[in-house]
Amino acid sequence: MQRFALIAVPYVWLLALFLVPFIIVFKISLSDIALSIPPYTPTLEDGFGPFFAALDFENFAFLASDDLYWRAYASSLRIAAISTFLTLLVGYPIAYAMARAPEEWRPTLMMLVILPFWTSFLIRVYAWMGILSQEGFLNQFLLWTGIISDPLMILNTNTAVYIGIIYTYVPFMILPIFSALDRLDGSLIEAAEDLGCSRLQAFWLVTIPLSKNGIIAGSFLVFIPALGEFVIPSLLGGSGTLMIGKVLWEEFFNNRDWPVASAVAVILLLILIIPIILFQRNQQRQAEEEA
Amino acid sequence: MNKLMTSSALLALCTTTALAEEVRVYNWSDYIDEALLEKFESETGIDLIYDVFDSNEVLETKMLAGGSGYDVVVPSGTFLQRQIAAGAFQKLDASKLPNLSNMWETVETRTAQYDPDNAYSINYMWGTTGIGANVNKVQELLGADAPIGSLNLLFDPASMEKLSECGVHFLDAPSEMIPAALKYIGEDPDSHDPDVIAKAEPVLAAIRPYVQKFHSSEYINALANGDICVAFGWSGDILQARDRAAEADNGVEIVYNAPSEGALMWFDQMAIPVDAPNPEAAHVFLNFIMDAQNMADASNYVYYANGNEASQPMLAEDVIGDPAIYPDEATLANLYTTTPYPAKVQRTVTRLWTKIKSGT
Repeated sequence: MQRFALIAVPYVWLLALFLVPFIIVFKISLSDIALSIPPYTPTLEDGFGPFFAALDFENFAFLASDDLYWRAYASSLRIAAISTFLTLLVGYPIAYAMARAPEEWRPTLMMLVILPFWTSFLIRVYAWMGILSQEGFLNQFLLWTGIISDPLMILNTNTAVYIGIIYTYVPFMILPIFSALDRLDGSLIEAAEDLGCSRLQAFWLVTIPLSKNGIIAGSFLVFIPALGEFVIPSLLGGSGTLMIGKVLWEEFFNNRDWPVASAVAVILLLILIIPIILFQRNQQRQAEEEA
Repeated sequence: MNKLMTSSALLALCTTTALAEEVRVYNWSDYIDEALLEKFESETGIDLIYDVFDSNEVLETKMLAGGSGYDVVVPSGTFLQRQIAAGAFQKLDASKLPNLSNMWETVETRTAQYDPDNAYSINYMWGTTGIGANVNKVQELLGADAPIGSLNLLFDPASMEKLSECGVHFLDAPSEMIPAALKYIGEDPDSHDPDVIAKAEPVLAAIRPYVQKFHSSEYINALANGDICVAFGWSGDILQARDRAAEADNGVEIVYNAPSEGALMWFDQMAIPVDAPNPEAAHVFLNFIMDAQNMADASNYVYYANGNEASQPMLAEDVIGDPAIYPDEATLANLYTTTPYPAKVQRTVTRLWTKIKSGT
């Protein structure tokens, strides 16, 4: 009985906070736009029979027929994949340095990685606008040093979006890699070097494979939220930045078309489920290996 | 005795909490003299919570979702009409609005096309959508005879290409930019025919590469600072930019012109949502706004014309005397209004807008 209760808790949690909202969104995606409160039809007030009869997949057909949505999904996937890779390039050396740092420094270093989270995410993104704009700190500095003679156009481009995503999500990359590297047995590297590996070879053949699980976990933790990112592309990106989070916002607030916005969200979720399942599998395998 | 004092103190405390009413107002950004907000609080004792937006679309999303929590909102005419049809507003109680007698019939007859009998709304301000230009910079790029008062400035790709050097902003408002593009090619700006609306696409697409940003509030500061040299925006906002530049004395000279081909005339209407938490206080706020002196103060501050006839003697000369704000008969004849799009046409319009903005 007690065991049953224990299992029930997470399921009730999932049901209330995931399944029920999803069903509501899915239902709206099958509805029609209407000029009323709420702005779609049918609602349950129409009675059960007509309610179900009025639902159809028209909005999904509309999405399929318009290439804007496919391009937005593809563009989001590309931006998420590239920024995940760049985040790995930035995050791995930091995690590596942290793991090799003297034991007594590590809590401080860990703190430094987590500390930015104490400031609102929105304020940190706005700070980047101040850094990257034409009159911003970065351009002022580069002009002052004489490296460039005309200010660089970074804000309102995809470059700014990459910078924003890397900055925001790099802690999610560092932490799992750090925890993998932290557990790494130093004698393995010594053994590799004794057996004739150079330091670089030892890193490539021993350290990287042994931190593989951290890399995979970190990559998923960056890729999944980056795919649906809205705040960063809308504040740092230009009108040429096509990301599905932004399209979703526009469908909802500019077009006031809840049914189509919901259909976009349902498809986004379906696309996200694949990496989430892969992530879950990876975590499970890792747990089994350790056990 | 002591006990009595405590209980009376408690009672006093309770009554003040009960009296501390609040009214939540959701208005356009840069659209009021903030001294008026303090005046309202001190005159009526009602706490005023004042939030701002810069897009009719965002306001409509909140209205149609219901439960916005606002007591007074300010949609423009066409949006008001749609939202009345959706049942988003409550009828005004004229008995609580003695200052209704101050309103200007000329404006009321026009707003009645969106809100018959003005039953749901009062006019706050009205204006036109037109061209703000940094005269010196534009003339530097296009020559002394640059068409700063014509849609040619904005829709001729050759002129826009040159202007892109100093920066051009357009409103992020499809319901105003598309009619302007239609007007430019001689079509009916208020057309609801998807085939006619589609003709706006090549016009806007041709100049899209030269528009730095589609945004509905950033251009005030950008114009005033000299970051951009042309904005297709709202009359009073551009005149505010003119004033900010003059105050900063930074050598930027801004001029507003309603396009000579014809300009969109719009009306921003104050209305009370059907689920307003405090409609009583909302009426008090509307009545306060319709006070002749208050309305004159607001117009003198934001450079928009209002729908309040009694306020006119108190208006500053550079407001009532400026034909860009209070148009003369000739300009007035050249202004057009639009009506709301039906839902499926709305989808065509917004899709076209997304396509233009994202350049796809």
